[in-house]
Amino acid sequence: MPKDGGIGARTKRREDVRFLTGKGRYTDDINIRGQLHAHFIRSQVAHGRIRKIDTRDAEAMPGVVKVFTSADFAGAGGLPCGWQVTSRDGKPMLEPKHPVLAEGKVRHVGDPIAVVVAETLDQARDAAEAVVIDIEELPAVIDMKAAVQGGPLVHDEIGSNLCYDWGFVEENKAAVDEAFARAAHVTTLELVNNRLIANPMEPRVAVGDYEDHSGMHTLYTTSQNPHVIRLLMGAFVLSIPEHKLRVVAPDVGGGFGSKIYHYAEEAFVTKAAQVLKRPVKWTASRSEAFISDAQGRDHITRIELALDADHNFTALRCETYANMGAYLSTFAPCIPTWLHGTLLAGNYRTPLIYTNVKAVFTNTVPVDAYRGAGRPEATFQLERVIDKAARELGVSPVELRRKNFIKPDQFPYQTPVAVVYDTGNYHATLDKLLELSDYKGFEARAAESKKRGKLRGFGLAHYIEACGIAPSNLVGQLGARAGLYESATVRVNATGSITVFTGSHSHGQGHETTFAQVISEMIGIDASQVEIVHGDTSNTPMGMGTYGSRSLAVGGSAMVKATNKIINKAKKIAAHLMEASEADIELKDGKFTVAGTDKEKSWVDITLAAYVPHNYPLEDMEPGLEETAFYDPSNFTYPAGAYGCEVEVDPETGKVEIVAFTAADDFGNVVNPMIVEGQVHGGLAQGIGQAMLENCVYDENGQLLSGSFMDYAMPRADDLPFYRVDHSCATPCTHNPLGVKGCGEAGAIGSPPAVVNAVIDALHRGGFTHVTHIDMPVSPARVWQAIHG
Amino acid sequence: MTKVSMTVNGKAVSGEVEGRTLLSSFLREGLGLTGTHVGCDTSQCGACVVHVNGKAMKSCTVFAQDVAGAEICTIEGMANPDGSLSVIQQAFQDHHGLQCGFCTPGMVMSAAALLAENPRPTEAEVRHYLEGNLCRCTGYHNIIKAVLAASGQDVTKIAAE
Amino acid sequence: MHNFDFVKPSTIAEAVAALGQEGAQGLSGGQTLIPTMKQRLAAPGVLVSLTGIAEMQGVCMGEGGLHIGAATPHAVVAREARPHYPALAALAGGIGDPAVRNRGTIGGSLANNDPAACYPSAVLASGATVVTNTRKIAADDFFEGLFTTALHDGEIITSVVFPIPERAAYVKFNQPASRFALTGVFVAKFRDGVRVAVTGASQNGVFRWADAEAALSADFSPQAISGLSVDAEDMIGDLHGTPAYRANLVKVLTGRAVAAA
Repeated sequence: MPKDGGIGARTKRREDVRFLTGKGRYTDDINIRGQLHAHFIRSQVAHGRIRKIDTRDAEAMPGVVKVFTSADFAGAGGLPCGWQVTSRDGKPMLEPKHPVLAEGKVRHVGDPIAVVVAETLDQARDAAEAVVIDIEELPAVIDMKAAVQGGPLVHDEIGSNLCYDWGFVEENKAAVDEAFARAAHVTTLELVNNRLIANPMEPRVAVGDYEDHSGMHTLYTTSQNPHVIRLLMGAFVLSIPEHKLRVVAPDVGGGFGSKIYHYAEEAFVTKAAQVLKRPVKWTASRSEAFISDAQGRDHITRIELALDADHNFTALRCETYANMGAYLSTFAPCIPTWLHGTLLAGNYRTPLIYTNVKAVFTNTVPVDAYRGAGRPEATFQLERVIDKAARELGVSPVELRRKNFIKPDQFPYQTPVAVVYDTGNYHATLDKLLELSDYKGFEARAAESKKRGKLRGFGLAHYIEACGIAPSNLVGQLGARAGLYESATVRVNATGSITVFTGSHSHGQGHETTFAQVISEMIGIDASQVEIVHGDTSNTPMGMGTYGSRSLAVGGSAMVKATNKIINKAKKIAAHLMEASEADIELKDGKFTVAGTDKEKSWVDITLAAYVPHNYPLEDMEPGLEETAFYDPSNFTYPAGAYGCEVEVDPETGKVEIVAFTAADDFGNVVNPMIVEGQVHGGLAQGIGQAMLENCVYDENGQLLSGSFMDYAMPRADDLPFYRVDHSCATPCTHNPLGVKGCGEAGAIGSPPAVVNAVIDALHRGGFTHVTHIDMPVSPARVWQAIHG
Repeated sequence: MTKVSMTVNGKAVSGEVEGRTLLSSFLREGLGLTGTHVGCDTSQCGACVVHVNGKAMKSCTVFAQDVAGAEICTIEGMANPDGSLSVIQQAFQDHHGLQCGFCTPGMVMSAAALLAENPRPTEAEVRHYLEGNLCRCTGYHNIIKAVLAASGQDVTKIAAE
Repeated sequence: MHNFDFVKPSTIAEAVAALGQEGAQGLSGGQTLIPTMKQRLAAPGVLVSLTGIAEMQGVCMGEGGLHIGAATPHAVVAREARPHYPALAALAGGIGDPAVRNRGTIGGSLANNDPAACYPSAVLASGATVVTNTRKIAADDFFEGLFTTALHDGEIITSVVFPIPERAAYVKFNQPASRFALTGVFVAKFRDGVRVAVTGASQNGVFRWADAEAALSADFSPQAISGLSVDAEDMIGDLHGTPAYRANLVKVLTGRAVAAA
């Protein structure tokens, strides 16, 4: 049994108390004396030329301080893109400017044109109606294929809507084509990975503050990575050196990727506060979030799987159109490429893989990472085409997968798509899933459903993801313009308590609890003696933030590294105090002992000695006990698992009900099982949401049809079942100190194909064998249409 | 501006409001009770749910002047008098019924309203009652479990611990 | 939203006077109106809250059937109509969510006449009477298409009187995002015939399905409508379903409502 508060314990979250009593401090709860309020005037058309903006009447209205337009940002840079992808022809991607406020043209509904700053938000909104904006509407391009086939140009100056045309692995292309020519069977599937809106429950907020006498800027923002915002906004947009720019991300109400990026509103309030010499606050309404938060997914894919006569996968070939929207969001180019193409081997031994990805500009809101980011798209197409192949070949989808799995003794496994999986046991997770989901009893349950006029189906999906993002030297070669290490400072206080400053950011993940558990375990002091501090560039070391299931694997590793430095130093002090050899000092349960003796010093004896160095080897060692470490991973981590979905379909209405959902994951070691399970639950809800409910839809003119919760279907409590989740099939990561892999995105990655596979299975069992695929969301109307198609 | 008075968490309060001032704004900006959150503008998400004369309502869809004189209870008024977590709040912590915490105030207020009306709800009743409270983090599993536990029911048999 | 003067009369007479002002609009719960005002799609100069008028509250049996005060919240109807008219109570208990039901009112819903709202189907299928401060309007004359009713400017619904059918049921198929009715069917069987009202489906708002009424009046069973078809021509087509899909739902849900009645 893990000890209470240490690694493996189901420690209750310390952060809960403030959230449960209304004492959380989110960005919108921050009000600075004298603050002004900003209201953004956004484009109502998807594409247009700005002829004239007249702000005079608005500026004369009550409470209005200033109306800003792009002219006020003449000296500012564009919002930078953090990743450069190279096309098949060796040329870099096209990278048009993304201005803070629209310059000359508007390129999507929601593109910010002007900002009214006033004493109150209502005054700013009232005055916004008096800003005269004359826009010549231009034809919009929404459809990706039309965009690259001569559609209107989103950015005239770059001459094309094709951002890049990426081939991977380009050297394998001929061999892949040859394998298809030789194949005994080829299964082909065309599908859409539907565009999604992250919709963390807290809309984005930014508050800018400026201190005239020191030139110090402060930005409070709803960010998953305040240091990244400081770097991007400071260095590339506003030319503010880091030491004069503090970025604070306090309690943040969920992110799911959408709060990674540097947004125009952050740069705006920072600049406006300096110009107006008063704090400036902006709070997104939900309607505004729908047209200004980066959106997710949106791929159109054709995938082909080649099999030999024994049903071994021999090659995989894919072509994907990936929507970038109107501008490149911070990490947009890497999502359909390096987080997607590299995962197409899945859990299988497929020897030859080629994918072509065309990234396309359209007159829609920018698209970037959303929980899973590229890996759900890879998993969905792969797990759907395997299911379709099994059906075409008349074999069990379970056995077809098992036959092609990478075997447990083949790790580390070099895939044909660059990555090397360190550990895994896919047979084990599959067996666990079948056991937990009572697969054997399925036929009886299906028969019972049939009596009630319902069609029952079982869908299986396996997934793998590359998490613990990422080895900096590798991603640098792949086009990243940033390192992806993490850092931590461990400050041991004189009386033995510990404050950890981490670059990881917690916005629901519970780091304040789990990181303290790790320290507690390593040193043997009570977790209550450990405080975790994050989210403020003024007191935490450089951090790359939280996304890509990286916090514990990368940020936790940095903390472990720093803590090991602390322990090493503490042992030296202990050796001095006990007049023993450092090699003989042992630390256990918060006590230092000398091997083979009864000498003992407590943790506090040592920490006190470090800060009151009366008896201390000052000639050899500095006083104090504080260490910083940076950790740069040597490889990605590879969480994997097997997901099973059981549905009932009402053939008269097409309504699908999820009656059971089971997840058997391999996350390696687990620090707090309760929190890990919670992460899986949340990921499953988002994956099931994508599969069954959520859909971000634009009409042909670029108007967002699903622009509020009235039309964008969020999963609700009664849409979902209790889930069965398990993480007992653990193969610890071999290259980070905790052996952890990451769990934040898994649920959203593995569940969509399981749901769709289950629906197709149900329809086939009901005799509707003409239905080979239904695009997500598998809404009642779409299922009914498929049945009657 | 009009003066409006009401009782919030047992205390008489008053403040100057416009016609358009929503109860949520009055609580957050007028009284500094920022535990009540605003997560949407279409009356869907439920992060702003408070009790008005004992009934759950979406404070972003009620004008402050329309509830003048009413008894309002917010998340800040939900703990026990000694400051310890109430049974419902404690159940949310015990069963990990929250992650980012943003939907949590509304979720707790709705759960409290449910248990006042229906002290031993079934799983389906809890799910149905909470349909107006969106959570993006938890997938609802542990919220439902917490509410069932807060009603005194045994939740140890629920799948996946 | 735009600012306005807020008034909260305590009698119908005061409310009528307040609504006589230039730019005045009634507010009866506001669960639809307030979000609309936030979008600045409605901007009344004076907002007249109707929730403080005692004579517009409550549920009781009386002449002509069940009387429901127009400012009675859905939650109260769900609770108090149950012994008298369970299908109506169930409908009220399925509108929105609990917090919305504590605030939204039957009068507000009917005056707004959203094509996907639930109440219009109950009023029309029941052959209810909409009572205003000046007159009584038969359900068949009240609904005039999308967001349009027979109400004059400044006219207030004060109550609704529902005749109680022998058997009735409402079956709602949720629009997955808003939870309004993608299609909802209210079937009410009276001694002298069956009325079937459909909401959510038609571009013209709530309507009576005459063919089904005839068939069900002859034989009140789900099989009675099996041979009927619903014309998709006037049905709504949107993100959530095509006209053909909604036409299918009208028939499927009618059968289910009959079975449940």
